[in-house]
Amino acid sequence: MQQVSAQNLIKIFGEGDTEVVALKDASLEVEAGEVVALMGPSGSGKTTLLRAISLIDPPTSGKIEIAGEMIFEGNKVLIDDRLLRRKRMGIIFQSYNLIPFLTVVQNVALVLTLNGVSNRESLKRARELLERLDLGHRADIYPATLSGGEQQRVAVARAVVNDPVVILADEPTAALDSERGKAVMDLLRQLGHEKKAAVIVVTHDERMVSGFDRIYHLADGILEIEHLKNK
Amino acid sequence: MNLALHDVEYRLGRFILTAVGLGLLLTTVMAMNGIYAGMVEDALSIVRAPKVDLWVVQKDTNGPFAESSRIPEDLYRNILTVSGVSEASPVAYQLLQIEHKEKILRLQVIGYRLGGLGGPPAIAAGRPILKNRYEMVVDRKAGVSLGTQFTLGRITLEVVGLTEGVVSNSGDSAAFITLEDAQELQFLKSNEAIRNDRVRLQSDLAENPQLAGVSAENLSSLLQSSHIANVILVRLESWANAEEVAQNIARWTHYNVLTTQQQEDFLAKNVIERARQQILLFRIILLIVAAVIIALIIYTMTLEKTRDIATLKIIGAPNSKIVGLILQQSLILGFLGFVFGTIIISLTYEYFPRRLVLRVSDQIMVFGIVIGICIAASGIGIHKALSIDATTAMAA
Repeated sequence: MQQVSAQNLIKIFGEGDTEVVALKDASLEVEAGEVVALMGPSGSGKTTLLRAISLIDPPTSGKIEIAGEMIFEGNKVLIDDRLLRRKRMGIIFQSYNLIPFLTVVQNVALVLTLNGVSNRESLKRARELLERLDLGHRADIYPATLSGGEQQRVAVARAVVNDPVVILADEPTAALDSERGKAVMDLLRQLGHEKKAAVIVVTHDERMVSGFDRIYHLADGILEIEHLKNK
Repeated sequence: MNLALHDVEYRLGRFILTAVGLGLLLTTVMAMNGIYAGMVEDALSIVRAPKVDLWVVQKDTNGPFAESSRIPEDLYRNILTVSGVSEASPVAYQLLQIEHKEKILRLQVIGYRLGGLGGPPAIAAGRPILKNRYEMVVDRKAGVSLGTQFTLGRITLEVVGLTEGVVSNSGDSAAFITLEDAQELQFLKSNEAIRNDRVRLQSDLAENPQLAGVSAENLSSLLQSSHIANVILVRLESWANAEEVAQNIARWTHYNVLTTQQQEDFLAKNVIERARQQILLFRIILLIVAAVIIALIIYTMTLEKTRDIATLKIIGAPNSKIVGLILQQSLILGFLGFVFGTIIISLTYEYFPRRLVLRVSDQIMVFGIVIGICIAASGIGIHKALSIDATTAMAA
């Protein structure tokens, strides 16, 4: 089943002389449990595509479906973007972006409480997930005292705790050394397959390409190559 | 999950320091309220102390605290004959500045007839005045101990008792002495002045052929009468109507008669009105400063959380959650600032040079204003938070 379907996405910044076309008819499809990479040089439009799919910065035109529901068509957003991300998406950032004044377990539980789960139940489920990811002993400390790798694993836990249908990761290993980066990618792949979520990872790190189900290459806003790696 | 409380807990030291700073600012607002309330109470205490109903003063004047009033001491005898009058006594008021222990001491001297109206309301230490001359009861605020002697003009007075909470409208301690002593202090001229008057009188007599044989020495003793008071205090029978009795006294004696309520209103509205306006202006300025400071603090705290707020937006937090974070922190800051301010003013109000009266109603008003300011001030932070671009969180 296709969890993400983006068709003919165009994103234009500015107008007139300052107009920049960041995405040119980009189309992409990702199935449940599939882990795909979005690669390309800096400025090629990778993050723009991610923002467009998550409606953080909607495209200028095109069509986006998430889990069979049309969320963007033509030039109209058809859903509350925050509700979409809160209920159906998990997002992982390059700089981890954990909330500094919440402990590790509170950071993970926050997503659940935003979805109406009680505080007690949220903390219980967050703690269980952290135990599974070998972060149980770090649950009650503030993120600033964690290493980069640990922070990113907490960020992954936060992204998956709500069983999202789509996980979007923006350069999740860019700030990590190769060993820690690989560990984070393995975790992301494992959880994506396990939770049957469509995982889209923006990366330009060639060391991480092994293990992706597919790789999309983006250059100058054009999704040029669809390279089937494991098929 | 309350994000505001978690943020406060995380930055507790800094938050407490900020709240203490705000508390100090609110302390000055509370002090201004206390000074104003104290000023009103001080002004009224001297009017309320004798527990009388009417004040008979010189015609066309507004009483001894507003302007000079001179009336014959024995006028009280006439007033006693008016229907409805239970007691009447002459009283002299005078403001004195004397040197005591190398400091300037200002006293609101009240001269009264022993056994009459206008004496000290209650003795806190020592005893009341028992002798007709040369004794004094002074308010504790003057810092004078029992047995202290003061030489005022030609007389020396000994402090035999202390009162509490009786001061003038300018905050000066009240000092009770007998009417005779007060009259000597206020109305009896010095020997030099008497001699000068006598020479002047002799010169005037010499110019008038019909009085040429009259001796100035004999006449001057007649002109030296000091049997003058500033006011006659009147207490009425329980059945008497103050307004009616006041009209009767005014009609028969041709003096001005004020009820105690009129005297209080006059003091509260006229004598201290300018000070009241001044303090009101100070309070408004301080509250504006507090509002600006709270707004700046909340705005700065919001700026510090720009990336966190952007992250919250990306993970789907609704605006209500973000607004709650800013608003609740602003309210917590205001509440803590108010609590610290209340603690500080409660611990320090006795050390202010002027009396501070802390009224619950004033504190409730300050609390309400602070909460209002916090809500308004958080508006700037909320506006900033809601305008933060979510993509900020995705910057490396």
